Amino acid sequence: MILFLLVPALSAFSQDVDADKLLDETTQKKKDTATQYVDGTFLSTRIVDGHTVETTQKGVLDFRISHRFGTLNQGIYELFGLDNASMRLGFDYGLSDRFTVGLGRSTFEKQYDGFLKYRLLWQSEGQRKMPVSLTFVASMIIKTLKDPTGAKIKSTDRYYYSYQALLARKFSEGFSLQLMPTIIHYNMVPDASLKNNFYSIGAGARVKLTKRLSLNAEYYYQLPGNKIEGTYNALSVGVDIVTAGHVFQLHLTNSTGMTERTVITETTGRWSKGDIHFGFNVSRVFTVKKPKRVNL
Amino acid sequence: MKKILLLCLLVAVVSASQAQTYITRNGLISLYSHTAAEDINAANNEVASVLNGATGDFDFKVAIKSFHFKKTAMEEHFNNPDYMDSEKFPKAGFKGKITNLSAVDFTKDGTYKVTVQGNLTIRDVAKPVTVEGTITVSGGAVTADAVLNINRKDYNVIGESFVQKKIAEQIQLTIKCKYDKR
Repeated sequence: MILFLLVPALSAFSQDVDADKLLDETTQKKKDTATQYVDGTFLSTRIVDGHTVETTQKGVLDFRISHRFGTLNQGIYELFGLDNASMRLGFDYGLSDRFTVGLGRSTFEKQYDGFLKYRLLWQSEGQRKMPVSLTFVASMIIKTLKDPTGAKIKSTDRYYYSYQALLARKFSEGFSLQLMPTIIHYNMVPDASLKNNFYSIGAGARVKLTKRLSLNAEYYYQLPGNKIEGTYNALSVGVDIVTAGHVFQLHLTNSTGMTERTVITETTGRWSKGDIHFGFNVSRVFTVKKPKRVNL
Repeated sequence: MKKILLLCLLVAVVSASQAQTYITRNGLISLYSHTAAEDINAANNEVASVLNGATGDFDFKVAIKSFHFKKTAMEEHFNNPDYMDSEKFPKAGFKGKITNLSAVDFTKDGTYKVTVQGNLTIRDVAKPVTVEGTITVSGGAVTADAVLNINRKDYNVIGESFVQKKIAEQIQLTIKCKYDKR
């Protein structure tokens, strides 16, 4: 009898409301019925040399200037490498929020490069849950530097292709991790004993230091079996500094070039020997097409 | 037997007090800032509020992220750490009491002027405020309206120095909540 009376009494108490509880219900409902896409897995579309899963926003043109100076071990005469610079100028454009196209020109080996980048999966929470982001990058590189021996090379023999699958997850506000299996195809390899396809796997990470500053690292491991002699795995570390409309990236790397083939398969520097280049990427974004706004 | 009686009484009391509890999940709050440089408006139609007709207790809670602006950039600024810091302080609220409850008859249609005293909490800073407002009873439905002016700096809503000319110190808040009987 007592129990019988107790049940409605208890349920009456548990129904006791306060505004906080009501608000939490609203918030939870919104969370469950909408999808929240995770922003800022990385602050930029590049970790250092290689791509991140991030794409350029729709209608936004990203003008990128990147420098890699000479190696630090050149000493004071070359001002620790600052007298020499390898540069890449590039334009990335967001055709949609998931699809970016880009063009670039590097002083190193006079290369032109173009790429297509598509974000297939976007990490999200809420109604549509996705644990990771997945972006594909396909790029083509043309080396236009004349052969030092004066030998005539067919133009197609100067073509290189790179295919990357970038898989990333933002684990928390402060930490993101990315894996990038890569195939680089050489139409002509520098040595007859090499095969045309080079396989490698890269790993990259971002650690947030402050609101506008984060620490990045990137490493590409060339799978054994097909490796150009005298090359080493590329390792780069750097910081991203964010200001309105700009991202500045300062880094140290053992690569001179900035295209996939020059970084992943043709890095000749060694960290242990002091072949470390100081470098930076500057990105300036311009809104070319204004996004449509949903009015209140 | 005494215990049972006590419980019966308790149930009766609880249900009686419930009859005079009014709630809403979609009350409206808007904010307005006027300067020579710029007018800023934002609205949030997801105010959660509980009004206890028996005690005169008012309880409001809002999610900062539910304030919407005409310009996306403004909305981003509003939520970022320099202003409301909605990641760290996701909610703001008010808890208070009608000081002249006897002036309100929830059973009779009419518009009643009320004074509500309580604490307004923004960015975890709680300050006592007194609000003049009205309660309208119409066919059993209860609506509360109020306008109040607050100084944003009291609640550490500062922002960068270069925007100070565009954001008034005094922010006008307008509240309109239509309650359902619980």
